[in-house]
Amino acid sequence: MSGSNNAIAVLGHWVRSRVAAIGYFTRFFGAMLARSGIALSRPRLVSQQVHFIGNYSLLIIAVSGMFVGFVLGLQGYYTLNRYGSEEALGLLVALSLVRELGPVVTALLFAGRAGTSLTAEIGLMKAGEQLSAMEVMAVDPIRRVLVPRLWGGIIAMPILAAVFSMVGILGGWVVGVLLIGVDAGAFWSQMQNGVDVWKDVANGVIKSVVFGVTVTLVALYEGWQAKPTPEGVARATTRTVVMGSLAVLGLDFLLTALMFGN
Amino acid sequence: MPAQSSSTPEFALRLEGVALGYGDFTVLRDISMDVRAGQVVAVMGGSGSGKTTLLRAATGQITAQQGRVLAFDQDIGQTSSTGLQSLRKRMGVLFQQGALFTDLNVFENVAFPLREHTKIDEAELTDRVLDKLDAVGLRAAAHLKVSEISGGMARRVALARAVVLEPELILYDEPFAGLDPISLGITARLIRNLADRLGCASVLITHDVQESFAIADQVYLVGRGTLAAAGTPQTLAASQDPYVQQFLKGQPDGPVAFQYPETPAFQKWLSQQKGRKA
Repeated sequence: MSGSNNAIAVLGHWVRSRVAAIGYFTRFFGAMLARSGIALSRPRLVSQQVHFIGNYSLLIIAVSGMFVGFVLGLQGYYTLNRYGSEEALGLLVALSLVRELGPVVTALLFAGRAGTSLTAEIGLMKAGEQLSAMEVMAVDPIRRVLVPRLWGGIIAMPILAAVFSMVGILGGWVVGVLLIGVDAGAFWSQMQNGVDVWKDVANGVIKSVVFGVTVTLVALYEGWQAKPTPEGVARATTRTVVMGSLAVLGLDFLLTALMFGN
Repeated sequence: MPAQSSSTPEFALRLEGVALGYGDFTVLRDISMDVRAGQVVAVMGGSGSGKTTLLRAATGQITAQQGRVLAFDQDIGQTSSTGLQSLRKRMGVLFQQGALFTDLNVFENVAFPLREHTKIDEAELTDRVLDKLDAVGLRAAAHLKVSEISGGMARRVALARAVVLEPELILYDEPFAGLDPISLGITARLIRNLADRLGCASVLITHDVQESFAIADQVYLVGRGTLAAAGTPQTLAASQDPYVQQFLKGQPDGPVAFQYPETPAFQKWLSQQKGRKA
């Protein structure tokens, strides 16, 4: 009897702590939104972060985009060739990238590269008493440190996703047109006809903005919550990748269902 | 441009029968002290005696469990968060580890309070920051990254940052730790000069007897969880109190045990440790 009571108590504690964490996370997001005026009053703080965060991830995203484009070109050609419709390769590559792979893979890479850097930076600032020092100087660290990074991430993500899709399409073109010999005119004209600015491109951009908010918020939250020790910061960076990636994949399913359903 | 208030209060900092601690644990109790404008006050005590806790109470980072902490005649425990922010703007704090912002260079670290709290133009800002860096001997290090300077230099930069707004109350947490003898002497003189020139109140949290006795007007000695002694450096030096004598002369024997006391938890751990097979 006491064993089952104990199990219920453990479950209850787990549920309560999860609910409390969700509440804290929501309040944390609310606190940043409420202080977002600094992004307008001091835009330089945000542009610096766009520059840093973008630089962290640009190379890995461009290289990954190229290889994903190569693979899409190859796999797309093998499948479309069976049905004699290889001229639709450009459309397949572009839609796959713009709708799904661009925003999702960029967000996953962003979580691993820029997200971990943000978590470690905030965690180490906390460990080095930098955030306390700021508070004592009557400067709100959420407003001064976190808000510019959040907006930096939100702005950088769609740009990086666009770079990923662009390089990916070029990769698909290199494999499909240059190496395999698909007709270049068909490759580009099918893409031009089949990709809709609003339904495909804009929805892809919306996805990348949502992922930008999610991944950056998770990264900042984990850094802010990290225990100010080397182990605490190391665990927080791992959690950023795990939680950020899972959130992106879950949200992608939800957004795809909402955006592309009939 | 010192951040002076319209009416200068008599006490920059005042503690009235204060008890301080974390959660249910009380570190210091029954602490009363006054710091007037222009005064240099040293708060001394052994490691772990609660000196830094005292500083955290003065900045409003922790609230008193009992008694009142008054900064510029305002009760920190009762003031609103906006009120606390405006009180903090009149203070400068030197943190124990410097707490320099690692994403900014030396110049931007010192410029940080000016950029956040004033609207002065870039030329004046540059002059003021370089002037403060010059006072700590690091004018030519303005362009360096925080990762490129030594620990002692970082503390001097942090000192320049703490005083750049020329606040009315400056709190120094271990300002002499980790400094070479030359920097130590210069820093001590700088603290005294700032107090004399700006008329600011200064609180030194330290255990460096020689340097702090040379510049302090008043010394408070904390130990055994309370205020062990208070007075001018001369009075304390002449005190016959065994705790004061032991602390000032650094003697191993006296009321303060050098050895950490043995606890049942330690005894249990020791017996387990001895029972372990290699």
